[in-house]
Amino acid sequence: MSSQDIPEENLPAEQDAHGAVGVANEQDPFADPGLPPHEHRVQDIDEQAARRSERVVAFLFTVSMLATVGFIASYVAIPHDRAIYVFPIGHINALNFALGLTLGLALFSIGAGAVHWARTLMSDVEIADERHAIEATPEVKAKVLADFKQGAKESALGRRKLIRNTMFGALALFPLSGVMLLRDLGPLPGTKLRHTIWSKGKLLVNMNTNEPLRPSDVAVGSLTFAKPEGLEEHDEEFQTEIAKAALMIVRLQPDNIKDKRELEWSHEGIVAYSKICTHVGCPISLYEQQTHHVLCPCHQSTFDLSDGARVIFGPAGHALPQLRIGVNDEGYLEALGDFEEPVGPAFWERG
Amino acid sequence: MSNNESPSSNEPRRGKAPAGERVADWADGRLGIYGLAKANMRKIFPDHWSFMLGEICLYSFIIIILTGVYLTLFFHPSMNEVEYHGSYIPLQGQMMSEAFNSTMHISFDVRGGLLIRQIHHWAALIFLAAMFVHMMRVFFTGAFRKPREVNWLFGFLLFVLGMFTGFTGYSLPDDLLSGTGVRFMEGAVLSVPIVGTYLSFFLFGGEFPGGDFVSRFYSIHILLLPGIMLGLVVGHLILVFYHKHTQFAGPGKTNNNVVGMPLLPVYMAKAGGFFFLVFGVIAAVSAIASINPIWSMGPYRPDMVSTGAQPDWYMGFSEGLIRVMPGWEINAWGHTLVLGVFIPLVIFPLVLVSIAVYPFIESWVTGDKREHHILDRPRNVPTRTAFGAAWISWYFVLLVGGGNDLWATHFHLSINAITWFVRVGFFVVPVLVFVATKRICLGLQRRDRDKVLHGRESGIIKRLPHGEFIEVHEPLSQDALHTLTAHEQYVPAAIGATVDENGVERKVKGAEKLRAKLSEAYYGEESQIPKPTVEEYKEITSGHGHH
Amino acid sequence: MKKLSARRRHPLAAVVVLLLALAATGGLYAAFAPASKAQADETAQSLAIDEGKKLYSVGCASCHGTGGQGSSDGPSLVGVGAAAVDFQVGTGRMPAQQPGAQIPKKKVIYTQAEIDQLAAYISSLGAGPSVPTKAEYGPDGADIAKGGELFRTNCAQCHNFTGKGGALTHGKFAPDLEGVAPKHIYEAMQTGPQNMPSFPDTTLSEKNKKDIIAYLNAVNGDDTESPGGLELGGLGPVSEGLFAWVFGLGALIAVAVWVAARTAKAKKS
Repeated sequence: MSSQDIPEENLPAEQDAHGAVGVANEQDPFADPGLPPHEHRVQDIDEQAARRSERVVAFLFTVSMLATVGFIASYVAIPHDRAIYVFPIGHINALNFALGLTLGLALFSIGAGAVHWARTLMSDVEIADERHAIEATPEVKAKVLADFKQGAKESALGRRKLIRNTMFGALALFPLSGVMLLRDLGPLPGTKLRHTIWSKGKLLVNMNTNEPLRPSDVAVGSLTFAKPEGLEEHDEEFQTEIAKAALMIVRLQPDNIKDKRELEWSHEGIVAYSKICTHVGCPISLYEQQTHHVLCPCHQSTFDLSDGARVIFGPAGHALPQLRIGVNDEGYLEALGDFEEPVGPAFWERG
Repeated sequence: MSNNESPSSNEPRRGKAPAGERVADWADGRLGIYGLAKANMRKIFPDHWSFMLGEICLYSFIIIILTGVYLTLFFHPSMNEVEYHGSYIPLQGQMMSEAFNSTMHISFDVRGGLLIRQIHHWAALIFLAAMFVHMMRVFFTGAFRKPREVNWLFGFLLFVLGMFTGFTGYSLPDDLLSGTGVRFMEGAVLSVPIVGTYLSFFLFGGEFPGGDFVSRFYSIHILLLPGIMLGLVVGHLILVFYHKHTQFAGPGKTNNNVVGMPLLPVYMAKAGGFFFLVFGVIAAVSAIASINPIWSMGPYRPDMVSTGAQPDWYMGFSEGLIRVMPGWEINAWGHTLVLGVFIPLVIFPLVLVSIAVYPFIESWVTGDKREHHILDRPRNVPTRTAFGAAWISWYFVLLVGGGNDLWATHFHLSINAITWFVRVGFFVVPVLVFVATKRICLGLQRRDRDKVLHGRESGIIKRLPHGEFIEVHEPLSQDALHTLTAHEQYVPAAIGATVDENGVERKVKGAEKLRAKLSEAYYGEESQIPKPTVEEYKEITSGHGHH
Repeated sequence: MKKLSARRRHPLAAVVVLLLALAATGGLYAAFAPASKAQADETAQSLAIDEGKKLYSVGCASCHGTGGQGSSDGPSLVGVGAAAVDFQVGTGRMPAQQPGAQIPKKKVIYTQAEIDQLAAYISSLGAGPSVPTKAEYGPDGADIAKGGELFRTNCAQCHNFTGKGGALTHGKFAPDLEGVAPKHIYEAMQTGPQNMPSFPDTTLSEKNKKDIIAYLNAVNGDDTESPGGLELGGLGPVSEGLFAWVFGLGALIAVAVWVAARTAKAKKS
């Protein structure tokens, strides 16, 4: 590449083949004109421009090195719990911000340098490469088929049927061992999904205060969540049990309860429903106290708590199970038994 | 080895490196690398930004693996309950699983841990998004045609596996948001007729949530699925190399060549550089934007929930399906068929499969057995383009359904109204989009035809001697003429003669009739504008000039 | 002294003297008769009730009835207590502008003094929760982590993990809690405005409420740290997905366009 002071003189002449002149004279105006001739970039003909590109690439690689040094410095210098305010992002962790930006800059600069190098300094002459059919030629195909036939014949697999059949049998059966091994992934369902730890006499314990509830605690329009007495957060089985036993307690004016059974199972208008949605088991609890509707935040199933918690909108298939409650001798709310139907999502054996 | 005077034409004289050559010779003697390099070192790759979408996928996948390995050094895949005593104040003393606790530790007490976590998660979202866009690029340009159908399936499988790898990863921290997602999955599994409860008990090692799913998801997330994906990625790349890349029509570009830059040096620098660019951008995004702040969500408890409970975006369409489905449930003979959950569970794979099988349907309709290496412009294949657009709109309607609560709060709409919109839109929107897209494609084809025959509108208004104003049309260059007329147009397949030479009538099979019908729909008069012929062109250009 | 005598005949002189005299008498009274302070308070209270009643009959009676008994346009206010008034009027929800799915918060049009008078009047109609004191909702002695657990149990289902709000049925919504005064949050829990259920002290103790407010202040306050960077609305995966598409993939595609684009050609023109 010659380095001329006046690059214009080095520029290639304007491409006259590029124009459309004379197209109509040719036999087929739509014919493929072939690869257009290569045009030079500024860097190809102007060494100064090429040097500028070189400097830009080198600068980018240098920035990357500095950014890596910055990364290491940030890692060492910035305490991991230091918060800073960065406009307009907000109060953020200084270390995360510094590490991320320096790492990002270090990587991006390497990439930008390499790409700039490729785009401005490496040859940009387009090359055409021939393609070859993916399919084999008929000769190759014939040879392969012949080889296969020969091999199959020599194996005697087709002739000795007994070998073939028993081999297929063995190969088909052995994966069963693998399937058997999966059996102990979990216990069989049995009736586990039908029962919760609620039973007659268990007190309704307020989730917030961990104290048993009295009817007077529950005001009309309020929302309370309860768990069965004796289930504590540190218990081994807490997660699994609360997944079925969680209760939602609201109090309605007894006149507002439309469903007869709901009224019977309530206590002075206090009703206890399963908190677990009958759709796919989200803890449903978006209670609208004026409409008595409760909405599931996951899939918007809506239940009417004043009407036996029947479904009024959304994908749930059946009403929320109600827990029958009463008051014990000491004046605390208690369960009068387990739920009469399985709580949570429906399943095949639910019936 | 007389390497002192190896006048290799590949190597510039000044950079002769005898030591390097000796190493290469050693390797070649054992691995045959020279043979490989001969075929691939100067392999040609065409330049187009949309051909780099796949590279974004590949690089984000590599980034995910690198950061994922780092995260495994600190993460404890255990559901044992522990009390939190790390540096985040608002969770002090809370009960949580070790999985959540160790994720908190990574986020707050490991220097740079939060950054790597965020890179891992952002890269995952971008990986899936890039795969989606890459797949659509391949779809709309017809790059899936022979010989690339198998690679299309590899790519599709990668997308689906990516979704599930993402879902299992999202579930690992055992936070309140992801736990809600796992709970949803349990409900969906339970809805499967006959075996649902058994599947659920085997998956969770008993009742939900039990103490097993994090460790099980962990091995699925870090070993099983990524292992399969890695294999598929390698296969995908080998096939890309083997088939050579497709290219758009243009001067000098034929079905028998590939025009572009050689792997060494240009593509190595560009592709290698692009890896760093992708990594750099994702690292910067992770420095600037927070993702999955589990400390805000808190540890999972099956009796707690937050509004706005959504999966990551790639599972959003399944969330939409489940949200808008009416609550159908059939109870009979002591059993329950949970259609409200099971139907979405069945439609979920169907949505994906409908796009995956499309190439095979199209190749059946066209009956074309040739290799295709020149890409289609979407407008030139209106039916395919319309189908693709309809599919995207379908997907998007479901995404709207999956985020209906946020649409409601941010656009002051009723959540019930949005749900109804999605219920109707699920059926209507794809049809509308199909019709509209097809018409747009035909319009664009007409415009191309006009451009070829009458030239480009120059914007120059000329007044003729008799007072008439005309716009001067400039004739196109031969390059442009060739590019605009390079595509092939199929003729609708007709049902062959129903009476053979002996006068015996043969039965026309249903499949054949269907195929003829589809072919008519694809390539009939209603579905493509005949491209200009040389005769038409000559007639117009030799006649009274331009109009 | 000349000046003063010159102004003695000023028309306002009498007023000034009277005021001084009154102030002196009042001061003396206050100094010498502290025993009857309660009585004075009661007087002030009944004054406030009277003032409140006036404000009520102008601004509220058209919907809630002349005696607070309610009408078809507004619920009864008997027994809702001062806390409900302080919340509804103090956040600008009342007086309502137009009926709708939900009455949103807006600019407050009454002064705190007027709100107190209204509250006094309403609580005179029937006993209800009173306005909480700073000691009740202030941060002293609060357990933030416990507050977080309580928030996730009782509040997050509608208001989101960190109180960013969420959707309810038919266009109703649970509002964003950012910037809401602790007093108003306390009152909302106590009284259950509109469709929000109430969380009375019997089921969510005063300490519980204090913890919740402290938690909210920690995770949704002005100085709340978002360690990872932009919070993206704190809405979870939807906004994250949008960000990944627009800024993540968007930036990468922009970069790809640059990488693949032809370098500018040298051209004479």
